[in-house]
Amino acid sequence: MHPAFSVIFFTTCSGAGYGLLAMMGIWGAAGMLPSERWMGLSGLLFALTLVTVGLLASTFHLGRPERAWRAMTQWRSSWLAREGVMAVLTYIPAALFGLGWVWFEDTTGLWAVAGVVSAILAWLTVICTAKIYHSLRPIHQWHNDWTVPSYLLLSIMSGAVLMSVLVHLFGAENPYIQGLTVVTLALGWGLKTLYWGFNKRSSGLPTVNSAIGIDAAGDVSVLELPHTSDNYLMKEMGYKVAQKHADKLRTISHVTGFALPLVFSALAMFIDGYAALAAVVLAWGLCSLGIIVERWLFFAEAKHTVNLYYGATKV
Amino acid sequence: MTSLPSHTNKKLGLVIDLDTCVGCHACATNCKSWNSGGHSAPLTDYDPYGPQPDGVWFNRVHSFEVKRGDRPNLTINFPRSCLHCDNAECVTVCPTGASYKRSEDGIVLVNTDKCIGCKLCSWACPYGAREFDADEGVMKKCTLCIDRIYNENLDPEDRQPACVLACPTSARHFGDLNDPESKVSQLTAARHGRDLMPELGYKPTNKYLPPRARKIDSADIGAPEELEPFEADGFLGWLDKVLSK
Ligand code: SF4
Ligand code: SF4
Ligand code: SF4
Repeated sequence: MHPAFSVIFFTTCSGAGYGLLAMMGIWGAAGMLPSERWMGLSGLLFALTLVTVGLLASTFHLGRPERAWRAMTQWRSSWLAREGVMAVLTYIPAALFGLGWVWFEDTTGLWAVAGVVSAILAWLTVICTAKIYHSLRPIHQWHNDWTVPSYLLLSIMSGAVLMSVLVHLFGAENPYIQGLTVVTLALGWGLKTLYWGFNKRSSGLPTVNSAIGIDAAGDVSVLELPHTSDNYLMKEMGYKVAQKHADKLRTISHVTGFALPLVFSALAMFIDGYAALAAVVLAWGLCSLGIIVERWLFFAEAKHTVNLYYGATKV
Repeated sequence: MTSLPSHTNKKLGLVIDLDTCVGCHACATNCKSWNSGGHSAPLTDYDPYGPQPDGVWFNRVHSFEVKRGDRPNLTINFPRSCLHCDNAECVTVCPTGASYKRSEDGIVLVNTDKCIGCKLCSWACPYGAREFDADEGVMKKCTLCIDRIYNENLDPEDRQPACVLACPTSARHFGDLNDPESKVSQLTAARHGRDLMPELGYKPTNKYLPPRARKIDSADIGAPEELEPFEADGFLGWLDKVLSK
């Protein structure tokens, strides 16, 4: 699939935003963060900015952005509509939680409930995003059991890495918060490695023979294409990345998205002051880069069944 | 409403004969021609006279070669258009209600006034039947020529899809696949019509008839297999000698 910048930017940016929002909600409600105004303002504002910028970016790739509101009407059948509804709903408890934290400097009681609800809705929104991809049966690399857990865990992980930066900035370091960052990085790395392994081993059921209804008759190859230059289908779904390049990018993603952030985040537990701050900032920067590469591969390595009509023998 | 109808009264669709299709592209060009002024018009072209012409088409004709071991290779001309699937997930993924399947005849359509151009339906179609119109910012697809098949201004024999009428070998047939008595249903039964990619469970309405077994040896028509060389004499013999030098 064509790795469109707007979609890569949307899923990574709002993924991190929802992850951070959930961290603020859970740790805030648990009383592990100072209920001091500036902490709440910076954390929630940053989270909601990431979410909003991501959502806006996702409307840029629409053919008719001015009609985007219509995208929420079919929540009964469409995961994309459900994602839109969830995204809007999440703002409500998040705003209430923000009101309590920033205005009243209170994160307990009903305000805490709003925090927990924001976290749950944030996670549900990310699950809806993942389900959009997971529900597409023509794309075997997405229509499998790894897609949804991987989206959710990587969102939580990106949020945790950001949370570490925030608590270090406000001098609110806490071994539980930092510990969770380390644990989510390790789990995210493991899960993504297994997911990549699955996609390497496994391919979809349809073949070129079943695509043209000539089963078991022999080896089918393209004699002539229907058109002389690339059409919409080939531009949108015929994207090919050379195995060599994909493997190189995967290594970059392993190292910058997971390995180095894991090392720096773990290191930050044993040092303090500016050194610890530098470590968590470095972990965040590297992790963001690695996750963008991971997301690029998620699209570029997805093989749509329409390629069977254009020369692919398996997808 | 992008939930699928629980059942459709009719299942209008096409039966395409891969045995007789000669790959002439007549169906594709007539589809383009009719639909350029039809329900989903215009069928935008980009750079039509330039080096990289591209544009929206509802029907594309591929050609494949099948290598079959010691039997001769087989050429398959394969027209590809919307199959008006029963389980059309191109419809259920649509967030706006622009894509829908009609309960009266099973035809899958796009309401281009509601479409936001998110392209998700084209990702959900395994068969590549939907093409995005970048100029208009909306998705387009085969309409099964609803503006012909119900068109009272046309003579009854012309109330058929443009692609069906254009086919010089009658490789395309239109009818109700829900009715076991219909010509298309009987043809499908007699020729073991296939679903494309049945593994994915989209339950396409359109059927494809696989090529029938072909004879490898030619029939005996009483003519000699090889011609005897002709030895001329006289003037013709002299001419042959001179010209063969
Ligand atoms: S062929 Fe594709 S566009 Fe047509 S109904 Fe089936 S899934 Fe939808
Ligand atoms: S491109 Fe249009 S028809 Fe297709 S899913 Fe999006 S809104 Fe629906
Ligand atoms: S039925 Fe009509 S719109 Fe569909 S492929 Fe045939 S000519 Fe084109």
